[in-house]
Amino acid sequence: MLRILGKIQRIGVVTEPLPKIEEPALAEVGAQIKACVGELFGGSLAIRQVDAGSCNGCELEIHALNNPYYGIERFGVHFVASPRHADMLLVTGPVSRHMEAALRRTYDATPEPKLVIAVGECGANGGEFGVSYASCGAVTNVIPVDAVIRGCPPTPLDLMRGILEAIGKQSSR
Amino acid sequence: MTTAWIADFLDQLEARGIPAREAPAPGLAPARLVQVDAADWGRLAHAARDFECRWVAGWGEDGGDDLLVNACFEKDGAYLVARAAVKRAAPTLPSHAPYYPAADRPERHTRDMLGIVFHDHPDARRWTRHQAWKDTEYPLRQDFPVAGNRPAQTPPDDGYGFLRAQGAGVYEIPVGPVHAGIIEPGHFRFQAVGEMVLNLEERLGYVHKGIEKIAAGRDAAGLARLAGRVSGDSTVAHAWAACMALERAAGVKPPPRAIGLRALMAERERVANHLGDIGAICNDVSFTFGFYQFGRLREEWTRLSRSAFGHRFMMDRVIPGGVAADLDVQAAAAMERQIVSLRNELGGLFNILDDLPSLEDRLDTTGYLDPATAKALGALGYVGHASGVAFDVRRDAAYPPYDALKVEAPVFKYGDVAARVKVRARETLASLNIIETLLARLPEGPIGAAWKAPAAGAEGLGLTEGFRGECLAYVRFDENGRIARYFPRDPSWLTWPALEILIRDNIVPDFPVCNKSVNGSYSGHDL
Repeated sequence: MLRILGKIQRIGVVTEPLPKIEEPALAEVGAQIKACVGELFGGSLAIRQVDAGSCNGCELEIHALNNPYYGIERFGVHFVASPRHADMLLVTGPVSRHMEAALRRTYDATPEPKLVIAVGECGANGGEFGVSYASCGAVTNVIPVDAVIRGCPPTPLDLMRGILEAIGKQSSR
Repeated sequence: MTTAWIADFLDQLEARGIPAREAPAPGLAPARLVQVDAADWGRLAHAARDFECRWVAGWGEDGGDDLLVNACFEKDGAYLVARAAVKRAAPTLPSHAPYYPAADRPERHTRDMLGIVFHDHPDARRWTRHQAWKDTEYPLRQDFPVAGNRPAQTPPDDGYGFLRAQGAGVYEIPVGPVHAGIIEPGHFRFQAVGEMVLNLEERLGYVHKGIEKIAAGRDAAGLARLAGRVSGDSTVAHAWAACMALERAAGVKPPPRAIGLRALMAERERVANHLGDIGAICNDVSFTFGFYQFGRLREEWTRLSRSAFGHRFMMDRVIPGGVAADLDVQAAAAMERQIVSLRNELGGLFNILDDLPSLEDRLDTTGYLDPATAKALGALGYVGHASGVAFDVRRDAAYPPYDALKVEAPVFKYGDVAARVKVRARETLASLNIIETLLARLPEGPIGAAWKAPAAGAEGLGLTEGFRGECLAYVRFDENGRIARYFPRDPSWLTWPALEILIRDNIVPDFPVCNKSVNGSYSGHDL
């Protein structure tokens, strides 16, 4: 136990004031997310992630949002286990035909008002997989989409920025 | 690697009255090709099992009048591809599944995709096919349009005949395809009594996106991009396997520096995945300290991959003929520094994991896979290594640059979640040593060779060791220098069936940690 506490103390907090990494605007991104989440979602934005056919690349980066560097929960954003608890669906694609019905059902199970973000090149436009006998391509071909986060896969920062833009758009409605 | 057994095996086939003709196949080399009659397909597998060959992969191909069936075997690090042709009008032959459980799902996949019937296959149910195409349609046949002939909306996959358990107190838990976490989709059907799992049946295929079909007609660079998305966490391993197959088919030799950089990327991929998964296993037993510490190390590692190669997962950096990104001196020095610091941190963290009573309680004896079963299933990577199956392509069928390196492949026989964690911890440290050696010996020179498309029909086989184990890629070219057939075999094909077995008699709440300790790829399996 002492070793664990010692390690925690030595490492300290690595969570970054985001701007250091890439863009100067990102300090504000975090703060803006927090403000928007506070205003629109009572301080807590619940996201249900749905892999509708991804290669798992996008999922790895969505996972990274919870690592100590990004720590997205500090902005009031957290991932939930059921669409029934969700304000937002974060959908990776391409939507495989075999996931089409499951994605529709997940969408239907999410209470209104809800936001849908299509993640990654595949979610945005079908990516390398396009539309075929096995793939519906972009998420918007199956359910209504409010915003898109491009990238193959989008980096954790791209994801944070995209989530903010989506809720920003919502607040300006 | 020793190929001595192949001559003995061919003699053995002759003694059993199985006519087998060895055919020249330069692109498959060092693997060898043997053709047999379709009627002898089952007896071939019987002989191979008696010979203690491992069943590696099986795939089919539409060859016009004939449909071709392939199976790949391995023993002593030498690979043998067996091939048989069946008439399109009556595409029926015996199955390998009665002799090799590993052949069960691949043969069902081949049946769903090509309409080849393995008549004595023990399981008549479909596998990859849900409801996106009819049971009389076969997507990998040339006359099947890429766009398919589907209805406007694909119906849900009802009516798959799951095994039913009956009796007082037995209940079923259906899970998925949409899981509770940030995970790929698939369906698990549990039968349980109280908290105890009696049986688990997996139903996969949800992320089938037609990779084999849409590969056809691509050029080599396009195929490498697709291969890099067979399973996003193994983008380097699959792209390398595909490029190896393409290069062998075309007789293109990547320069030594490109080979060294590929290995560097592959080892970085292995370390990133092992770090992330060890953390996730900690998280699944509520040891969040481990989750955050390993998550932090993975993030630091991933960032350096990006600053060195321009992409956090090094996607699209392995291309036909070489690599798309060179390594500069500063990045190499940063890697060396990072390894020193990571090794130091891991030493402390692994010590903590090693003797923490609560982890011992949750991980030891949990999800036990006995060595005999692991061998029978052909389990690969850390699943195999934790249960006494030692095979590692880098060491046992060494390809450049590993043929000039010492590759440690730690093996345990405990077969539980703790052993799988231990294998991954040791492999991580071994990879750090390999990266240091690769950096020290990285040859100067170009990082790519000019691509030239091969003649029609040229085929190639590539094999690499991804973080989950052996990745296989088969390619064949058409008359326009484009891809006629691509088949990637992710190691998950061989470890998913292990999960069904190792979860038995465990409690339902231990399923997540058991699943994570195997970490099969859904995308790499569903194709």
